[in-house]
Amino acid sequence: MEPILDVRDLHTSFLTSNGEVKAVRGVSFQVGKGETIGIVGESGSGKSVTSLSILKLLGSTGCIKSGSICLNGEELTKKSSREMQKIRGEKVSMIFQDPMTSLNPLLTVGDQVGEMLWAHNKKLSKKERDEKVLELFRMVRIPEPEKRLKSFPHEFSGGMRQRVMIAMALACRPELLIADEPTTALDVSIQDQILKLMRQLQQEIGMSIMFITHDLGVVAELCSRVLVMYGGLIMEEASIFDIFENPKHPYTMGLIASIPDLNQDKNTLLKPIPGSPPDMIHPPKGCPFAPRCPYACRICQEEIPPYVQLDEGHRSMCWLLAPDAPAQDNPFKQGKEDA
Amino acid sequence: MSRYLIKRIAMMIVTLFMIALLTFILMHVVPGGPFTQEKQVPQAVLDALNEKYHLNDPLWKQFLDYMKGLLKFELGPSFKYQGKTVNDFIGNGLPYSATLGGITLVFVLLTSIPMGIVAALKNGKWQDMLLMALATIGVTIPSFVIGTGLMYIFSYQLGWTPTYGVDKWQGYILPCIALGGYSVSFLARLMRSSLLEVMGQDYIRTARAKGISESRVIVKHALRNALIPVITVLGPTVANLLTGSFVIEKIYAIPGMGSYFVNSVTQRDYTTIMGMTIFYAAFLIAMIFIVDIFYCLIDPRIKYD
Repeated sequence: MEPILDVRDLHTSFLTSNGEVKAVRGVSFQVGKGETIGIVGESGSGKSVTSLSILKLLGSTGCIKSGSICLNGEELTKKSSREMQKIRGEKVSMIFQDPMTSLNPLLTVGDQVGEMLWAHNKKLSKKERDEKVLELFRMVRIPEPEKRLKSFPHEFSGGMRQRVMIAMALACRPELLIADEPTTALDVSIQDQILKLMRQLQQEIGMSIMFITHDLGVVAELCSRVLVMYGGLIMEEASIFDIFENPKHPYTMGLIASIPDLNQDKNTLLKPIPGSPPDMIHPPKGCPFAPRCPYACRICQEEIPPYVQLDEGHRSMCWLLAPDAPAQDNPFKQGKEDA
Repeated sequence: MSRYLIKRIAMMIVTLFMIALLTFILMHVVPGGPFTQEKQVPQAVLDALNEKYHLNDPLWKQFLDYMKGLLKFELGPSFKYQGKTVNDFIGNGLPYSATLGGITLVFVLLTSIPMGIVAALKNGKWQDMLLMALATIGVTIPSFVIGTGLMYIFSYQLGWTPTYGVDKWQGYILPCIALGGYSVSFLARLMRSSLLEVMGQDYIRTARAKGISESRVIVKHALRNALIPVITVLGPTVANLLTGSFVIEKIYAIPGMGSYFVNSVTQRDYTTIMGMTIFYAAFLIAMIFIVDIFYCLIDPRIKYD
């Protein structure tokens, strides 16, 4: 598959009064045309920062330290803010986590979606823009779009607002849509509707999607390939099948083991991964997961493991996979303690 | 909306009535009366005066009579200045006070809001530090100190502006700065913090992700949201500029309403106290009402019904 996005060795940091937060520390991945990839990880793993780096929406404190981001062969890290304006919305657009706060409360939704069209095509008249917005509202299945054009965000439910956000993001038919936890703030039935809608729209428009989430269930439903991030690094990359059936990194195993199983006895306790994510101002010298990893050896504390290519499209960063490492069982596997 | 307006106006009338009643009671609780003087006045004269001004009537009747006059916008004769009515005082003083307050308000808005915006956009840089240092000085130093200080420098030492009176337009410069200093500083700080908060909101990131220019993000998306808290305090600020002017009018010898009000209190000039208080109260209530209407125009989430 021909990649439309090629990220290589991306380092992104935030300068705070407490020191430099190294949020992303060498991330490389590709997104193919029309492909949906998932980026999974807990809060602070660097998944959102990776996506914001692509659009260079890091605010005044964040900056890309090194690495390259190529969109269709165009290097984005070297682009000026004016050049980035052309990329944002037109080539790459984004949907955010909380639809309740992501829309400007003082402007009508019609105007806010219309502004996206205006930003990339100043020749459109107000009337033509409204026509297009109506078309977009129909596309994202907002009922009675004519009436809704002049509504304000507070007159919409969370799910409807997220539809408005999607309409806005797709207004200029971008090649890549970055969805940063778009369903996290919604209740489950609405989540499902939004995911279905995104899948349908992807088939209609054919854009690539980068889906950022901490919900593996959502990933399973939507993505063909998954990146598992932790401590600013990609721990494992695999097809959706391999992630669930053949995880190779202890962190991935832990994530999958912590998904509650609906069939299990209701007295069975959930299996969390003990510990908490690393402090990214002083990230650990070795593997960031080592302090929480049941297999951690001395080398894990000292040196970041290299990637091991396992199969086609399956790589993992773990010392256990080194050729001379001892064989291990999955410690998170259900019922291991009982056996 | 019209139902809301009717309700609001009814509430305003009730509020004014309560203010009038309270002022009346407090005024009469204070011992002495308008004709109490150090020099002994013959009892017969006092009786005659009290009779003339109906001060022998029971208090409730006095209040009722006063309210009757108020309905006709007659604030009554001054007890202290022969042949003058309170309406005269307001008529004479208001143009000066209103001009000073009005010019100061324009000055405050034109300086504080841009100051706040610049400080917020240059957050943490020297421009921000400088403006906020100035604003801190403005908030902490009382207006009469600024007033006399400015007068010493610009009128006495440099001779650029007159020391008193507003016969020439230059006369308004120093009073405006002294009177508006606090409000400029206060509003600039408020504007800065409000804009900084708005700039960190999710919808600003959404706007940036659209690929519009940063200036459009600020003007179209951030400023309108950031102005809401500023508008909230604008009503009290306008009232502050008018009531705060008592001191400034005194320092710069401007014949506004302030001096009449201050004198009336010390002299227990009952009608003047009542009239001035009610006038100021009505003004403040009207300002707050206007602010509430403005809210409705700027923020679609606010609906009055």
